[in-house]
Amino acid sequence: MSPRLSGNLSEVWVYLAASPLLGLTLTLLAYQGAVLVSKRCGGHPLANPVLLAVTALVTVLWATGTPYRTYFDGAQFVHFLLGPATVALAIPLYAQFGRLRRMAVPLLLALLAGSLTAAFSAVLIGHLFGASDATLLSLAPKSVTTPIAMGIAERIGGLPSLTAVLVILTGILGAVGARSLYALLRIDDHAVRGFAIGIASHGIGTARAFQVSEQAGAFAALGMGLNGLLTAVLLPWLIPPLMRWLG
Amino acid sequence: MLNAITLLLLFQLAGEAIALLFALPIPGPVIGMALLFVALALRDGPSGELRETAQNLLQHLSLLFVPDGVGVMLHFQRMADEWLPIVIALFASTFITIAVSALLLRALTRHHPAAPADTERQP
Repeated sequence: MSPRLSGNLSEVWVYLAASPLLGLTLTLLAYQGAVLVSKRCGGHPLANPVLLAVTALVTVLWATGTPYRTYFDGAQFVHFLLGPATVALAIPLYAQFGRLRRMAVPLLLALLAGSLTAAFSAVLIGHLFGASDATLLSLAPKSVTTPIAMGIAERIGGLPSLTAVLVILTGILGAVGARSLYALLRIDDHAVRGFAIGIASHGIGTARAFQVSEQAGAFAALGMGLNGLLTAVLLPWLIPPLMRWLG
Repeated sequence: MLNAITLLLLFQLAGEAIALLFALPIPGPVIGMALLFVALALRDGPSGELRETAQNLLQHLSLLFVPDGVGVMLHFQRMADEWLPIVIALFASTFITIAVSALLLRALTRHHPAAPADTERQP
């Protein structure tokens, strides 16, 4: 390639990268490619579409020297849909209304245990291995869906943008590993499987649960929604004394 | 489809308004989800259109997390400095949380005596 042509190309890239169109198109392309690869791998949990798409996008942005802010100007349109999608979770939830009502007390108890475990185990283990305070505070809400987790991180003194990343990683981990863990623990009930992954791995776990069955998905949506509520209420009270205790 | 999307946005908006009005720590969309759930229970379920739109939207729920995930590039330095505690905390905490929630829920919901196989599994 002549230097002149490559110079023109990079000018074209710089121009296009400044408009939201490129970030948006790249996001959709990366995701569709990731879904295709995931299907080729027979929906294997390791071929997680979020993991694949994020890796591809980070590589492209890094190779072209495009800042995240520039990318996000376009990608924010996708990010925006998280709001209506969260509202839409009420519909699969309603479809399981009967079973939800019968299981209300066990569900709430498991929720409380799971919610506290998610936050406390992350902070304690992180502390044990020498994470900084800012990282610990950003880790605490890692099991709840991004917009809630970022709000909590801000309240308790973490870094919201770091929390967003830790939330995504937690979601991917749960989506990738849950099947093996359930096989190990011999948990077959799709309601139980879904609810637990929804508590631990929010929307990404829920997306994975919907791939498995409608029922697992609905219970995951419930676990995710309830854990979002509970964590938002509990952490601003519980984390400051925990951090003081850890010194 | 347009009706359904408008409805979802209206519930989100109502949720955001309630969160702001009462200074709740809960995000608007989650309140919107609770409101929509109540509305569905009151009028006996969603319309076919709403159900279809929700299904389309939720089918690609993973996509909506991609932009936030790419934000990892803002934190490469911190990740490089603290990768060990971060990796261990995320791995261990995620799987402990799934195990605790699932085992407790199973123990609490198993009211039929289909459990004898379990005693054999314990060493």
